[in-house]
Formats: sequence, C-alpha cells, structure tokens
Amino acid sequence: MKVLVPVKRVIDYNVKVRVKADGSGVDLANVKMSMNPFDEIAVEEAIRLKEAGTAEEVIVVSIGVKQAQETLRTGLAMGADRAILVTATDDVHNDIEPLTVAKILAKVIEEEEPGLVICGKQAIDNDLNATGQMLAALTGWAQATNANSLEIDGDHATVAREVDGGLQTIKVKLPAIVTTDLRLNEPRYASLPNIMKAKKKPLEEKTPEDYGVDAAPRLEVVKTSEPPERAAGEMVGSVDELVTKLKDKGVV
Amino acid sequence: MAVLLLAEINDGTLSLDATSKAVTAAKDLGDVTLLAVGASAKAAAEEAAKIEGVAKVLVAEDDLYGHRLAEPVAALIVSLAGDYDHIAAPATTDAKNILPRVAALLDVMVLTDVTGVVDADTFERPIYAGNAVQTVKSKDAKKVLTIRTSTFDAAGEQSAAPVEDVAKADDPALSEWVKDKVAESDRPELTSAGIVVSGGRGVGSEENFAIVEKLADKLGAAVGASRAAVDSGFAPNDWQVGQTGKVVAPDLYIAVGISGAIQHLAGMKDSKVIVAINKDEEAPIFQVADYGLVGDLFDVVPELTEKL
Repeated sequence: MKVLVPVKRVIDYNVKVRVKADGSGVDLANVKMSMNPFDEIAVEEAIRLKEAGTAEEVIVVSIGVKQAQETLRTGLAMGADRAILVTATDDVHNDIEPLTVAKILAKVIEEEEPGLVICGKQAIDNDLNATGQMLAALTGWAQATNANSLEIDGDHATVAREVDGGLQTIKVKLPAIVTTDLRLNEPRYASLPNIMKAKKKPLEEKTPEDYGVDAAPRLEVVKTSEPPERAAGEMVGSVDELVTKLKDKGVV
Repeated sequence: MAVLLLAEINDGTLSLDATSKAVTAAKDLGDVTLLAVGASAKAAAEEAAKIEGVAKVLVAEDDLYGHRLAEPVAALIVSLAGDYDHIAAPATTDAKNILPRVAALLDVMVLTDVTGVVDADTFERPIYAGNAVQTVKSKDAKKVLTIRTSTFDAAGEQSAAPVEDVAKADDPALSEWVKDKVAESDRPELTSAGIVVSGGRGVGSEENFAIVEKLADKLGAAVGASRAAVDSGFAPNDWQVGQTGKVVAPDLYIAVGISGAIQHLAGMKDSKVIVAINKDEEAPIFQVADYGLVGDLFDVVPELTEKL
C-alpha cells in the first residue's frame, strides 16, 4: 500500500505573528517557515506504517510556492520515499484554498492510487480544518478526522477520533482519508545523515495546469487586522483581596 | 435568503447553548431552518423549535444518523441544500467534521470558526490561533460556514416553530461506528460552563491537578487545561482550552499555573472576567487578566478554595 501525505509550509509555530500595518495580511518577510506541526504528525504516522510493513511507500506532496521544496525535503529526511511539488503560486502571501488543494490532491490520487491519505487536521496559518474532509468528499472516500490512534486491518482502518467529550472509534473502508490530532504520535527529528540522503530522493515538480485544476480563489481577503485587545487589569496582593474583588464583580 | 442550520444534537440531546448561539449569528442572514439529525432527534427538534429566530425545524430521524458519521450526514445536507443560500452549524467537532465535506460536494469553499457576520457574503474569522482576524468575502453562490459560538449571545425563546420530517438520504456506506469513550463527569460541559478553572504546566503532575479540580468543584465550574498540561499528561485532551482544543468564554475564567501561550489565549480571551494565578510575575497571562495574583499556586489555590 502507498501512503500519501500532503504537507504545508507555514510560519513556524514558535514565531510571533505580526499583522501588516496596511491590513493586507501577515508579515512573512524574514520569518522562519516550517512544516505544519499536524502534517509532521501525519508524516510520522505514515513512516511508522512503512516500518511496520503495512505500507510500502510514503509519498509527500505540497501545493503552494516553490519554497515548499524545503518542507518536502524535511518530510524526505524524516523517512518519506519521494515527493511531489505542485507550484500553484509565486507569491508567498497567496494561501492556496483547501478546495483547490483538495482538487489537485484528488488528481494526484488518481495517478498514484494510494491506499491511504494522512493529512494534518488543520494548518496553523489559516486554521481552516478543511482539506482532509474536502478531499474525502471529492474522492468519495471515507474520512476519519482528528485521529488519536490508527490501526490498519486488511481493507479497513480503525480510528479513534478526538471529539467533544471524549473519543469516538470508527471503522472506515480503505482507501480513506485520515487527519491527525496532536496525540497520535510524537514526530521524530531528522538525523543529519538522513537530511543528506533526502537531498538525493526524487522530487517531481508539477503545476495545477498539469492536473487541469483551476486554482482561482473563491474567497477574497478584504482585510487582516489585529484581534481586539483586552483592557489591562490589576494585580491583587492577596487571596482575600481577590475574593473581595470577585464578589464585588458578582461572578462568584 | 434562507439558512439551513445543523442543530447540535448528541444521543438525542440538544445542545441548546451551542445551537442557540449559532441561531443568533445566522438569523441576520435570512430565515433560519434548523436541521435535527440523529437516531433519536424528535424531542430535540421540539425543543429547538422554541429558539427565537427559528422559522422551521426539519427532522431526519434514522439509525443511519445515530453517531453523526460525516458521510451520511453530509449526504443528507447536500440533498436538502438546493433551497438554501447559507448552510451553517455551530463549530463543534462534529460540525467541523461534516461541513467541509458538504462544501466540497457542493463545489464551494467552507468558512470555519466564523466570529463575525459582516453581510451575507462577508465574514470575520480568526487565523494564526487568534493572532489575527481575517475579513473574507465569498464569491460562491452558496456559503457553508461553521460558527464559533463563544462570540455570540444565546437567542431568546419563542412559541414553537413548525417541525417537519424529511426523508433520509442514501447511505454512502463508507464508515461504521465502533464505540464511544465518554469522559465521565458530573461537572458542567467545558464550552458552556459559567465558570472554568484551568491548570497549566505549573500544576506539575496529574495528582496535583486535584487542587485545580477542588477549586472547580467548590465553584460548580468546569475544569480546563493548557496544551502544555495536556501534552505533559497531567490532564486529558478533552480538557484542553486553546486554538487546538476548545474555545471557551465563561463569565469567570481562572487560570492556574498557566503562562499564557498564544494558542491558549486564543481559546479563552473572550471570557468576561479572567483571573490569573502564577508565580512568575512576567507571565504573559497577566496581560489579559482582569485580576492577577503572583504566588505559589499550591498555597494560593487551596486558600482560595477555602475562602470562596
């Protein structure tokens, strides 16, 4: 079985995001970029399936700017076998919408015929939480989102999903789309020898036109602004003072 | 303009808080028709019909919808979509699972976690864990959106709107439910609780979380946790408050031993009154707190529990 893992290049999760003064977006100049953390979990899970003998090949795919090549090399250094880069824009500020990404991935799936696709549950830039579900709709496959555990058993996968109030376990027909939640696994760090080896692994370059997909956005970003700030509060000196304040406020 | 809004129903029980707040957000867009889906949904539908602003309730009651699996529920919504300009739902884990699938089946984009409705085509939503707010205008003929309920007030009551049955849609037969593991608790549900007491990495261990839980129980509050506390194994994942967990906006939020990472603040900064207890006076949590107390939580929290 082949496993396909879509990965996205995003602002590193440790970086403090700054909104541009003109409201046109978020400042990406000289900012550290990394693989979306939920996608790292997806890559890790795919590699573990390969190590367990369940998967034969792990393919990482990224759709976005040319620089996403670095993100794909990270995936290859972690242990993926080959990569596909679909360059859909030259502008780093142009976020390719999940619907477009899903349409391109659906075409990649037609060509590669994977038995399983593992996606991150959401990208930490647009926080949309949509690509996996949209891809499942377009392929007509089952979806198991927010996976906390994943077991492959013949032509089915059993997935425990993180839901409001606990875990829901479902069994889905393969091929299927699984999206990862935080506690599925802890992704490995790529070792230096593996980073060197990753440079020689195959990376195929494509465009949306190669797949006959129209990448025109459906959403127009009118503006991007800072979130409303809370007014500064006050420090209290003791528990007694805190209790008095809370009682005065009528919240306890 | 007409809106189809998926009511939040689990095992036959209506989540009135989430559904009612979503109705508040949706009613400016047009007449709101609620869709009640489940193996048992009639009673919940009757209850939901009394939410102010609801014009009609459709009920799809069938075993097929018992566990709200994404594929059959999405197929049902798509079968009804023709009559509506907007398809919406409160942004619960169920709806976040289902609505993007609906959107792709309709060949439109989805807008998730909407925090503001500007007009019928234009919406506000947080990006980068709430560090920025994006205003987006949709060019799609139909808009599919999930609504972050913590930013809207609950709707009032009205005399019951009409309730009608709708036919079930074809079963895509792709997935089946195996089991639920529900976290047993007598405490209020985290996202709708009036008071939330959360612990962070500073609490130090799973055993020490009892201190946080005691304060919560004294106040009749729900218990939350920061991602750091969850990742350290001090607290279960469904207690997680933050961008990657639950978004809450209670009347009172007490943060214990939580430094205030950006992703945590995104999940609680809409709370009406925020109290922070931390031994590090430089902790960023104090910047959003109404009342801050610098001190050792192992002294302060038991004292607070006793004095409240």
